[in-house]
Amino acid sequence: MSILVGRGSKVLVQGITGRDGSFHAKQMKEYGTKVVAGVTPGKGGTDVAGIPVFDSVKEAVAKTRADVSVIYVPAALAQDAIYEAVDAEVPLVVCITEGLPARDMVEVASYLEGRSTRLIGPNCPGLITPGQCKVGIMPGFIHTPGRIGLVSRSGTLTYEVVYQLTRAGMGQSTCIGIGGDPIVGTRFVDTLALFEADDSTDAIVLIGEIGGTDEEDAAALIEKHVTKPVVAFIAGQTAPPGKRMGHAGAIVSGGAGTAQEKMARFERAGVPVAKVPSEIPGLIQAALRAKRPSRLKLVSKAAGTKKTATKARKASAGKKAGKAKATKGRKGRKTRAKTATRSSSSKRAGRR
Amino acid sequence: MNLHEYQGKEIFRAAGIAVPPGEVAKTADEAVAIAGRLGYPAVVKAQVLIGGRGKAGGVKVVKTPEDMAREAGRILGMDVRGHTVHKVLITPSADIDREYYAGVVLDRKTETPLLMVSPAGGIDIEEVAHSTPEKILRIHLDSRGLPDYKAREAARFLDARWDVQKQLARVLVRLARVYRDQDCSLAEINPLVVTKKGEVWALDAKVVIDDNALDRHPDLAELRDLGAEDPGEVEARERGLSYVRLDGTIGCVVNGAGLAMATMDLIQYHGGKPANFLDIGGSSNPDKVTAAMNILTRDSRVRAVLFNIFGGITRCDDVARGLLTALDRIGTKTPIVIRLTGTNEKEARDLLSARGMTALSDMDEAVRAVIARAAEAA
Repeated sequence: MSILVGRGSKVLVQGITGRDGSFHAKQMKEYGTKVVAGVTPGKGGTDVAGIPVFDSVKEAVAKTRADVSVIYVPAALAQDAIYEAVDAEVPLVVCITEGLPARDMVEVASYLEGRSTRLIGPNCPGLITPGQCKVGIMPGFIHTPGRIGLVSRSGTLTYEVVYQLTRAGMGQSTCIGIGGDPIVGTRFVDTLALFEADDSTDAIVLIGEIGGTDEEDAAALIEKHVTKPVVAFIAGQTAPPGKRMGHAGAIVSGGAGTAQEKMARFERAGVPVAKVPSEIPGLIQAALRAKRPSRLKLVSKAAGTKKTATKARKASAGKKAGKAKATKGRKGRKTRAKTATRSSSSKRAGRR
Repeated sequence: MNLHEYQGKEIFRAAGIAVPPGEVAKTADEAVAIAGRLGYPAVVKAQVLIGGRGKAGGVKVVKTPEDMAREAGRILGMDVRGHTVHKVLITPSADIDREYYAGVVLDRKTETPLLMVSPAGGIDIEEVAHSTPEKILRIHLDSRGLPDYKAREAARFLDARWDVQKQLARVLVRLARVYRDQDCSLAEINPLVVTKKGEVWALDAKVVIDDNALDRHPDLAELRDLGAEDPGEVEARERGLSYVRLDGTIGCVVNGAGLAMATMDLIQYHGGKPANFLDIGGSSNPDKVTAAMNILTRDSRVRAVLFNIFGGITRCDDVARGLLTALDRIGTKTPIVIRLTGTNEKEARDLLSARGMTALSDMDEAVRAVIARAAEAA
């Protein structure tokens, strides 16, 4: 089912009666996502385009068994909305809202330690498993089902890259926007581990930008624990130091966090770096070609017993992803990554 | 939002951190009058929202009213890395024995605030971190803030004298509190000095407030010094745009921060120079596009403008409408290249072609085209 969301995901929309919430609830539903509930305090008992609205996340989860919550509330209310979803034990929470104060996210990050919820965002476009489930604000029609996993700190730049992949005939397994803020719930390293362990993903595109060192951490992880081809692109190569480039996280300070450093780090890790977005599909194709012989052999030999081959690949990928998790620096993040992997794989098992 | 030194010091003073007396002057006469009250020797310090004023000659110690009149007159109006000095801070010269560093920033890796202290004060902390990293003590702050015992540990790292340690620890606890309570992105004292009498003073203040938190600090939002910022950036912020002025010739209007950065990069990659970063955001409001065009066409360096729009939430036809409205209102002769893809692309193309304009659909092609137009216009 790709990663994190799929055909069986049941989505709840926090802030569903707002301008953005109602619009995107409808858009997600039209795409084919199972949008089972909405929450707006004080509007319980009403509905938005046939989607029942509840007063609390707890009630919505109890009545609909929603397992993904997507948040569209204003920035001042977003921290509380995240807390409500976490306390209702929703396994996956996606916060679209932009403009959360950093202090609110410091508090959220500390609260999430040791809890079972995975948070994606804030300030992100959400995630999509093309043809199955769209959770967020991305235009669905540019995506096409396939086997390339994509993770990005950006919104529209992600669309640009997806569009170029689709035009080049390369579909996507899952596309995740992790958000442009200094503190986000899910980082590159977390999603890389998930893509590495995912049967439906053959290669990974990583779109980073200036600021922070998440890209460097990703490169270190790839070096040691990712066997699938990864292609990277870094936005902000021409950004002046000390200026915030739209995203609160996109700021180069004191010579750290520059695009050049990040690109060099990826290249050291053997990850091809696209200089411009239009190079990405070609680099992916080249990386897959370089890797393909062994896999082709595997598939052709086991033409009749494809399942076995898949299983073997999955087992080895799983082992590696497990190792990847063990190397992560932070205790809480480790726990979260593990939990999410577990919950998504148990979901997968349940549906088979 | 960056605060001036004098504003940061007001915040420190209110939090109980000892700062030397000082007042702001906008003219040389005012500076002389203030120094007359505070006494000589006095220091005159340029108030600009950018670092490097010391190297630019924006800080001077003066001993007489004549010197003050001359130096204040020289500093007021001077240029510090593109920022004109409109105000100076006048403060008595301190009898400095030791200079330390103390600062709180957000550590993205641990997702917590981080207190850094160093006995090597008075110089850039980045420089200390690079050349003598052992001279920095780092303490991560959790939900307790900075407990007293950790503040004492940091103080011991700085100074051997108990009398001084007590004062330093008090400053550090209060600095950590300011960082949290005022939603700072940075709260820094450099130098944090010990005078020859053994008193601890915050001799400088660098405070940056998290823009996302200004709504809950109306008092801080009022501190914004519009005169000290780029007028284009001020107007952009008022209109809900994210704009950063650069030094090239190609104006950019893009939706989304990542795509806006990638567009700048692509312009440079193909041999052009972007004049700005401009993100019109995710909304479909045609007024924003008009505001963006206003800002860019007023900028005399801009020889051609590129619209790079990937419609998602933003609808291409709304951007087209905004552009056409802007052209009606301001009638610019600046060449414009448009790239539109995504939501309501066809409607947008129809609107544009009715006015004899065409839009490209490929980003690389559009960038090459705008570079060519800018070269023709030069």
